[in-house]
Amino acid sequence: MKALPFLLEIGTEEIPDWMIPPALKHLGELFEGLLKDNRLDGKVTMLESTPRRLVLKAEGLPRRQPPAVELVTGPPTSAGEGAAAGFARKLGVEPAALKRVKTPKGEYLAYRKKVAGRATLDILASNLADLILKIYFPKTMYWTGKGGPRFIRPIRWIVALLGSRVVPFELAGVKSGNTTRGHRQLGSQKIRVTIENYTSRLRANWVMLPAWERRLTIQSQADALFEARGVYVRPDAALLDTLTHLTEYPATIVGGFDEQFLALPEEVLVTVMRHHQRYFSIYNEDETLAPCFMAVMNTLDDPDGLVRQGNERVLRARFNDASFFWVMDQKRKLAERLADLDNVTWQAQLGSYGDKTRRVAALVKELGGSEHAQRAALLCKCDLTTDMVKEFTELQGVIGGLYARAQGEPPEAWRAIYDHYKPASMEDKIPSTGEGRLVSLADKLDTLRGCFRIGLVPSGSKDPFGLRRAAQGVVRILAEGNMPLGLGRLLGDSAELREFFLDRVRYYFRDVRGFRYDEVNAVLASGWDDLADAASRLSAIQAVRPTENFEPLAASFKRIRNILRQAGFTGGGPVSEPLLEEGPERALHADFNAVRLAVEESQTYQRKLEHIAGLRPAVDLFFDKVLVNAQDGGVRHNRLTLLHNLLTEFSAIADFSEIVTQAN
Amino acid sequence: MDSFQQVLFKLKNYWAERGCVVQEPYDVEVGAGTMCPETFLRVLGPKPYNVAYVQPSRRPADGRYAANPNRLYKHSQLQVILKPSPDDIMDQYLGSLGAIGIDLGKHDIKFEEDNWESPTLGAWGIGWQVMLDGLEITQFTYFQQCGGVDLDLVPAELTYGLERLTAFLQGAASVFDIQWAPGVTYGDVRLAEELQFSVYNFEMADVPTLWQLFELHEKECRRLLAAYPDYPQKHRFPVLAAYDHVLKCSHLFNLLDSRGAISVTERVGVIARVRKLAVGVAQAWMDQCSQEAAA
Repeated sequence: MKALPFLLEIGTEEIPDWMIPPALKHLGELFEGLLKDNRLDGKVTMLESTPRRLVLKAEGLPRRQPPAVELVTGPPTSAGEGAAAGFARKLGVEPAALKRVKTPKGEYLAYRKKVAGRATLDILASNLADLILKIYFPKTMYWTGKGGPRFIRPIRWIVALLGSRVVPFELAGVKSGNTTRGHRQLGSQKIRVTIENYTSRLRANWVMLPAWERRLTIQSQADALFEARGVYVRPDAALLDTLTHLTEYPATIVGGFDEQFLALPEEVLVTVMRHHQRYFSIYNEDETLAPCFMAVMNTLDDPDGLVRQGNERVLRARFNDASFFWVMDQKRKLAERLADLDNVTWQAQLGSYGDKTRRVAALVKELGGSEHAQRAALLCKCDLTTDMVKEFTELQGVIGGLYARAQGEPPEAWRAIYDHYKPASMEDKIPSTGEGRLVSLADKLDTLRGCFRIGLVPSGSKDPFGLRRAAQGVVRILAEGNMPLGLGRLLGDSAELREFFLDRVRYYFRDVRGFRYDEVNAVLASGWDDLADAASRLSAIQAVRPTENFEPLAASFKRIRNILRQAGFTGGGPVSEPLLEEGPERALHADFNAVRLAVEESQTYQRKLEHIAGLRPAVDLFFDKVLVNAQDGGVRHNRLTLLHNLLTEFSAIADFSEIVTQAN
Repeated sequence: MDSFQQVLFKLKNYWAERGCVVQEPYDVEVGAGTMCPETFLRVLGPKPYNVAYVQPSRRPADGRYAANPNRLYKHSQLQVILKPSPDDIMDQYLGSLGAIGIDLGKHDIKFEEDNWESPTLGAWGIGWQVMLDGLEITQFTYFQQCGGVDLDLVPAELTYGLERLTAFLQGAASVFDIQWAPGVTYGDVRLAEELQFSVYNFEMADVPTLWQLFELHEKECRRLLAAYPDYPQKHRFPVLAAYDHVLKCSHLFNLLDSRGAISVTERVGVIARVRKLAVGVAQAWMDQCSQEAAA
């Protein structure tokens, strides 16, 4: 039986660009699930989309489901021949064809009935409407009236073909068919297609179906700019994605703006172009911003330059706005805006931004911040009252820094204000200066302490105050900024906050820095008050771990811990030398003292660890020859003391018993 | 080149030809055409209704003393409501752009996600901002809820920013340069108003007075809403008058906001007060409609 191809196109009004890729993936999974649930062969071979359509293609579908055998259970065997004959008659078979089956309730008559497979077309027809409505979108709507189907945007047409036949079904008043639509302005709105000519018919109607091709079109036109004009488009993968999913047939245009606007900060210009207009910024070879931009159209070309002129006019208006804000905002210095912060609420229970500023400034001072850091802390939130930040909220901090610079604040101070929201993400850099790190740290800690105090604790996917990101920022600044500040003291006495931070610290070392989980556990068990120090200890363990003595010694440490635990030994006191037995026990004690000295004298954690690992032969020999659990209570106690002291002495770097070894 | 008023005539005409009642602007201050009873109340309930009107929309905080070429305290919206939304609504909308001389073959149109929400009205919808050569010219929304009520029929709301659109058509660098009528600019007609209201809204409006007015309107609205349940002849009950007081409250809230008199914390509380009134009016209106339908 010849296998059939299948095509589904869900035609909609414009779907938000960022929702398209996940929806498409989900559509593919749902369809493969449908095939599997119905014992149909076939696999999805294409998932494509434009803003107006989600498209799935599959190959290798059978015409029919394979036949199935269904077990029909009849009367109990004990019911007699009359009942058996009646059962057989009902099924239309000879009584001899019946089988006996044993069940927990006794023996029954049964019949293995062959059921012919349903036609694939019917299965698809009865399932596709439900399948389409199951595609997950973060926010859905109804459009046919209350109680009607919900989807991301109204569905306006559906193409569903199995081989050359339409899979007939209806959804939200739309009947499936073999008619698609082209580009809104350029293409026909009634195009009959087959599975074979679907993509090419769309192309002829100005729809470039494959997303990769639209992306490449934009990218190559950007690349060509360098050849043509000696300027280049700075790569911006997120913007490229957005524009790929906002267009059915992309083409780029390059527009310009008046050079006078280059007097505005680059950050403002780029934000206007990128976030508000979805333009790519263009740079000269020397990395300075060029007075032009690249926009992506959802159409073929711009022969009369109308699109370019339109975009230029919009950008000019936007830049005029920004200039206006810049000039107006400068009329009041940041310091003069300080009092206004008392009227800007930060969080209802935690007071105004004025209150927050005072707390952050005090914390910066407490942490030994310089005069500049304290100045930055005082001014860092003042830009919240400026028109520029009200318009471009994503530039908070940056604008404050730029205004501070323009108002003659010293570089240490304005730079710290500029950077104090950093790092905004895992990919973002931490603040570039010590002052910036301190202000950023104090701001985030204040947020975390306050929110935890009033019970605003993140749960599941809910984290409206971005506390996870803030804590992650604190961890990164401490670990990467080499700030020897005790985290324990910074966090205060909230056990909940400490627990929350420990999670962030673990996540950071494991998932961001890539250390093995047992190494992280071992190091954190020895303390995580100083994260820069913890990072050095981790690096040292990572370096020493492959050496021959390390893992066996770690295994011995685990053994020691178990012995002490079983003995209920809580330790204390020095080892009594006279009670030490000659041989391996005395040798271990001597080695221990020597290594302790060597460790104390070593400058790096790696050297210290190498010395500790050198204890392995003595430890091995001890366990080989000496019975810890000696008859004599005094000797036993002394041996336990020796082991206990050994374990605690060397646990300052890491709790080696946490290391997972082959041996255990 | 069409003047501002000709653009208005053409658009109104276009929608009149497609079955819309062409209304005049509502004569109480509103922040957006959505707030007019012709939208806020008409979208409720099962009765189809198509309407188009130009609505001057006042947003005190957006005033710029007539010194900014693109910002206005009061701008004009063309508000179109098609309830229920026809299947070819997008084509009809694009047709309206053609009707004012925009050759879509020569321009770039994009529909970019932009969901609309009005916390003060307990209303939200799903839709787009329509971008023409990078300029946002229309907000396109499928209403889902209004006054906290799920809508029976889903209306499409089209809100055209008329100054922007006309500046685009005329290639004007500033809205004040737009030709309103032959030989008369937008600035001739409106500049003084923009300047004076900016001064009032930002500098001279008396905050205690505004609060007093807010409370008076709120009180009157509440009094009316409280009287509705026991009022015998429901169809005579002045729900619409109660709604005017909601609009007054909303505008006074905006004025207080532009005076910087509302902190962020208070904001949430005041919005909730206005929403409560709006939801109360919506419910009374719905009840009134169902009584009428039954009668």
